[in-house]
Amino acid sequence: MTRFFSKIIVVLKPFYLGLMLFFMYAPIAVLIIFSFNDSRSRGTWEGFSFRWYEQLFNDPHTQSALRNTILLAIFSTIFATLIGTLAAIGIDRMKKRSRTVVMLISRVPVMMPDVITGISLMMLFQFVFRMLGFGGLGFGTMLLAHIVFNVPYVILSVTPKIRQLDPNLYEAALDLGSNPARAFFQVILPELWPGVITGAMLAFTMSVDDFMVSFFTTSPGVQNLSIRIFSMTRRGVDPSINALSTIIFVVVMIMLILINLRDKHLITKRGEDGNEN
Amino acid sequence: MPRLIELKGVSKLFGKQTVLNHVDLYIRQNEFVTLLGPSGCGKTTTLRIIGGFEQPSSGDVFFNEKSMLNTPPHKRKLNTVFQKYALFPNMNVAENIAFGLKIKKVPKAEIKEKVIAMLKLVNLEGFENRRVTALSGGQQQRVAIARALVNEPEVLLLDEPLGALDLKLRKEMQVELKKMQQKLGITFIYVTHDQEEALTMSDTIAVMNEGEILQIGTPEDIYNEPKNAFVAAFIGESNILSGKMLQDFHVEFAGVNFTCIDKGFAKNEHVDIVVRPEDIRITTPDAGMVNGVVSNVIFKGVHYEMRVDAAGISWKVHSTVQSPTGSSVGLVIAPELIHVMKKSVSSIEDNVS
Repeated sequence: MTRFFSKIIVVLKPFYLGLMLFFMYAPIAVLIIFSFNDSRSRGTWEGFSFRWYEQLFNDPHTQSALRNTILLAIFSTIFATLIGTLAAIGIDRMKKRSRTVVMLISRVPVMMPDVITGISLMMLFQFVFRMLGFGGLGFGTMLLAHIVFNVPYVILSVTPKIRQLDPNLYEAALDLGSNPARAFFQVILPELWPGVITGAMLAFTMSVDDFMVSFFTTSPGVQNLSIRIFSMTRRGVDPSINALSTIIFVVVMIMLILINLRDKHLITKRGEDGNEN
Repeated sequence: MPRLIELKGVSKLFGKQTVLNHVDLYIRQNEFVTLLGPSGCGKTTTLRIIGGFEQPSSGDVFFNEKSMLNTPPHKRKLNTVFQKYALFPNMNVAENIAFGLKIKKVPKAEIKEKVIAMLKLVNLEGFENRRVTALSGGQQQRVAIARALVNEPEVLLLDEPLGALDLKLRKEMQVELKKMQQKLGITFIYVTHDQEEALTMSDTIAVMNEGEILQIGTPEDIYNEPKNAFVAAFIGESNILSGKMLQDFHVEFAGVNFTCIDKGFAKNEHVDIVVRPEDIRITTPDAGMVNGVVSNVIFKGVHYEMRVDAAGISWKVHSTVQSPTGSSVGLVIAPELIHVMKKSVSSIEDNVS
C-alpha cells in the first residue's frame, strides 16, 4: 500500500511543479505570443509579425514614456544607492538599541502597500507645493518618489556586508598613515561593493517595475511605461500593449537573472579563496 | 634611557563603567614592554589609547615629552599589529605591505625593494602575489607584522598577535618576534593574557587588573617578588596562604612560625604568603616544617604535580621525584622562598580562579 502511494508521489511530484509553473507563466506566455500576432484579434493567430512593435516605437507618447522610465531608473538608482550606502554605514555605527529601531523603520516602506506609499507621497508633495506657492507633480516628484522607495533596498543589501567587515580594518588603514577618506575609499568601500551593486540592481529593477507609486506622484502629461500601458488599456486593448508588456517583462527578467548570477558567482568565488570580490 | 612614551593619570570610562583607572606608565626606547592581565583588565584599551583609537577620559599621553591627545592615529609615528591582523582582503600580500609606503609617496622601485626585504624578514619570500585570504593564520600574522614594520615605526603596538595560532607556531613566533625586536631596535608594546609569553619575551611587564596597573617590573621581579596575591596567582603557579607577620623575619602561617627574609611590616599584621610549588621541598615524614599526606599526583612531563594535605591546607608541590598517593611526607620551605605581601584590597577569590 505504502509502496503504491510512494509510486504515485514520484509521478505527481514533477506534474505538480509543472502545473505550478504553468499557472505562473501561462498568462505571460500568451501575452508574449500574441505580441507577435499579425492581427488585432486576441483569439486567432494570423501569422508572425513585428507590426505592433513598430507601431509602438512610432508612437511619440510611448517613446517619451520609455525615455522617462529609463531616466527614472538611472537617476533614482544613483541617488538611492548613494543615500542608502551612507545610511547603512551610519546605522551600523549607532548604538544597538537605536540601530534596531532605525533598521525597523527603514524596512517598513518595503512592506507597505504601494497604494499607500503612492498616495501619501502625493499628499506630501502637494502639501509642500501649496506651502511654497509653486511647483507641481511631474517628473521631479516621480523621481523623488522612486528614490524614496528604493533607499530601503540598498540599505538592506549593504548592511550585511558592513556586518562582515573586520572592525579593525578601518583602524588598520589609519594606523598605516591613511587619512579617513582614503581609508574609506581604498579599504572599506571595496569590501562593500558587492552589496552596493546588488542594491543598485534591485533599485533599478524596482524603478522599471513600478506603476502604483509613479501613478500617484506624476501629472497626466508625464508618463512612464507602466502608466502608458494603463492609459492605453482605457482606450480599448491594442495589441501594441502586448508588445510593450513583453519588453518590460524581458528587461525585468534579465535584471533578475543578472542579480542571481552575481550572487551565485560570489558564492563560488568565496568557496574558492574565501574572498568575495 | 629616555622615556619615549609616557601615560600620566590616564583614565577611561565607557558610559558609567571605569575601564582604566588612573594608569601611570612609561616606556623607554628599545624596550619590550608587555601589558599582561586577564581579559577585560584594560590592557587593550591602554594600547588603543596609545595608538590613538580611543581618547582617554582624563590624563595625558606623551610621545617624546609632547602630548599626543590632539594627534589623530594616522599622524602618530607608531604602527599596530591587530589581534585578528586586519589585513586588507582586496589587496594581495605585496599591496598590503606597500600600503603605508604608498601613502608616504615612496618611489615605486624603493617600495618594491622594501617589500621584498620585509617578506624575507618574516620568512615569506615569494608570497608577493598571493591573496591574503588564501594564507594560513600564521602567514597572515607575518604579513601583518611586515605591513607594520616596513614603515619603520619608532614603536610597534601588538594586540595579542599570537592569540589565534596553535601552541607550536606561537612558541616559534615568540622567539622570532623577540629576535626582530632586538635586530631592528624598535620599541615593542605587547598586549597578552598569556603569562608565559610575557615572561619569555619582555624586558618589562606591567601586570594589570580591573583597569589598574598592579605591578611593573622585569619578568624576574614579577615572578620572584610579586607585589600581591593577584600578581602571584596570575604569573605562574603558587600556593597563596593567609598569614600573620609576628615580627621582622618571622611569619606565621599554616600554624607554624617560619623564618623569612621580609621586614618592615607592623607587628601582627595580616599578610598574604606566596610559595611557588617548585620551591617546596619534599622530605621524610616528621622531618618537615609541616607534615602531611599526598592526596593526588599528576604527571606533567617535566615534573610531577602533587597535592599534599598538611596543616589543613592543600599544598601544590612540584617535584621531579614522585611521592605516591597516600604516602606521608614532610614539607620544607627555605626562608628566601617565602614571599610575604601586603593583603590586597580587593578579595583574591574574586579575581583568581
